[in-house]
Amino acid sequence: MNQAQQANASPGSDDEAFKRELVQLIPHLRAFARTLCGDPAAADDLAQDAMMKAWDARASFQMGTNMKAWTFMILRNQFYSEKRRSWRQSQLDQEAAERTLVAVDNPEAPVALDELRQGLAMLPPEQREALILVGAGGFAYEEAAEICGCAVGTVKSRVSRARRALHAILEGGAYDRDGEPAGDAMRSILADAERLSTVR
Amino acid sequence: MSDGENAKRGRPSRERHADDMIEQKPSGERRKSSVALDEARLRQQAIGVRLRQMFDQVVNEDVPEEFLDILRRADSRSSEKG
Repeated sequence: MNQAQQANASPGSDDEAFKRELVQLIPHLRAFARTLCGDPAAADDLAQDAMMKAWDARASFQMGTNMKAWTFMILRNQFYSEKRRSWRQSQLDQEAAERTLVAVDNPEAPVALDELRQGLAMLPPEQREALILVGAGGFAYEEAAEICGCAVGTVKSRVSRARRALHAILEGGAYDRDGEPAGDAMRSILADAERLSTVR
Repeated sequence: MSDGENAKRGRPSRERHADDMIEQKPSGERRKSSVALDEARLRQQAIGVRLRQMFDQVVNEDVPEEFLDILRRADSRSSEKG
């Protein structure tokens, strides 16, 4: 009887701990969703779906293991299964991604971000996601491989190809621009990075 | 544009927050190589900084109340059952 009562009590406290951790991950889920969907509203829908899926699946999560990687994997699977359901959505996603990989309603966002967004949108999706997970999400290659369901070596090569391609795109000004000279994007990115490295 | 200078000054920031998760070069490799290589590295580093900034911009946004509402509703649902 006592044991049964304990068994009843512990899921509740586990739920609390799980929820606390999940709430802290929401900003990261939103950011990852934004890079996948582009459109901020669609991204938040995706992040909410992923959050609920994670909540519903909480019994299968082992506390103490990497919840961030686990929720990112859920979000990613959700994104691709939705995408499979309607292939037309992918075209819209692509257009949306080109417009906004990040909210555009921030007037203080430096110009270079816009170019980076456009450059990212030109990468193959699997390269883009690998670069974002490792380069921005703070994941180790091993974790990114787990999230994407592929080999570590695959992630490594995707990241390095993505970085080279992105560099070439930004350097060459191969993205759509309104007649501004090539190389400007890279220059403004360099200038911003310089500024940031002195600020931080 | 003295990119060579920039490359040298850019180094410490690379140590701190640039690609330390991605490529951990042995420090021996940091001895003078060609300027071109330094520049390429600086450029990759700059892209890395930007990429993180782009991501963090969203991370730092306020979480819409909707998210917490949904979770609260789910929570009360499951506590009713339990």
